[in-house]
Amino acid sequence: MNYENEEFFAPGHGMCAGCAAPIIVKWILKWAGPNTIVANATGCLEVATTAYPRTSWRVPWIHIAFENAAAAASGVEAATRAKGEKLNIIAFGGDGGTVDIGFQALSGMVERGHNVLYVLYDNEAYMNTGIQRSGSTPWGAWTTTSKVGSANPVGKLRPKKPIAMIIAAHNAPYVATANPAMFQDFKKKVQKALSTPGAKFLHVISSCTTGWRHDPSKTVEIMRLATDTGIFPLYEIENGDIENMRITYKPKKFKPVEEYLKPQGRFRHLLKNPEYVKKLQEDVDAWWARYGHHYHP
Amino acid sequence: MELITRGAVITEPGNAVENKTGSWRVFKPVINYEKCIRCMICWQYCPEPAILKLEDEKTKKETPAAKDALKKLPVVQIDYDYCKGCGICANECPVKAIDFVMEER
Repeated sequence: MNYENEEFFAPGHGMCAGCAAPIIVKWILKWAGPNTIVANATGCLEVATTAYPRTSWRVPWIHIAFENAAAAASGVEAATRAKGEKLNIIAFGGDGGTVDIGFQALSGMVERGHNVLYVLYDNEAYMNTGIQRSGSTPWGAWTTTSKVGSANPVGKLRPKKPIAMIIAAHNAPYVATANPAMFQDFKKKVQKALSTPGAKFLHVISSCTTGWRHDPSKTVEIMRLATDTGIFPLYEIENGDIENMRITYKPKKFKPVEEYLKPQGRFRHLLKNPEYVKKLQEDVDAWWARYGHHYHP
Repeated sequence: MELITRGAVITEPGNAVENKTGSWRVFKPVINYEKCIRCMICWQYCPEPAILKLEDEKTKKETPAAKDALKKLPVVQIDYDYCKGCGICANECPVKAIDFVMEER
């Protein structure tokens, strides 16, 4: 069945104008269809879509604490298995609830092999509580806990956790990075993940107009630039076989990283020093020098 | 819903539609149907979702389009009850058929 014309995610939610997370969620629900149960970690998505007594969700949905979306989803999956029901169990978590606080539960879920799709919508900081740095905030980003000033002109001093690689190292049946701006690639990956038995993990970039400090209308454009500059590469890894990972999209010509940095206020300070831009470009070039041969058109 | 339910369970799916978030809007997208090629990209990327896809034959035929041949395709319509005016639709439109104008109330 094709449910693309149905909406399982209702308007009237309180997500910021221009937030990318609802775009991700509405499409994943369309591809999953009505036989779906969602577990949602604490975060923007949970807070803003279910202000009591109203909800945007038209599928059964459970709010769970920051740390245990994957544990709750595991339990739901075990219960449906015991009852002999075949449902899509999907967990949504932001980067705080996934790479930091919920990491232990996620690791356990993947290790136990629950038939769950875990979706990380990665807006690269704790946006819901006020733009604090997370393990997924990239090097050089301003946040309210990696402030930029004379003592620290860089912003965040540590690189982003390679969470997709980390989950792949658990030998998960399917792990992929995805970008809603590269829509067909995003669709293929969600559908592949939903049809693969076992624990699946999707790392989806999700621009945040408030925390990334950009015009709300530029959301999709900036996410597209993340991949076209090579900063957010799109790949998939099956059964933990990192050696044979597949890069699913490679820009014909990479754009310089400045194009991604320029429209975002969180990176504005980096543009004042060519050394910082050069470092970021070198990091991107190094990633592609190391993994670029995994692209087979 | 008057009383607090047990466990704060919300029993009515999708009742967020009662929140008319269109009141948030500062700028308003307006579709110029004469230019619209009905590609559905705005519908695809609307985060609310506040862009409707109309598929009845009458609307398809009677709504203007960039070319007559396009009138077989579904029509997009902005639902101003919910549109927060982010402007993603106007920014992503490949033929610049969505004007982004100041809201007047």
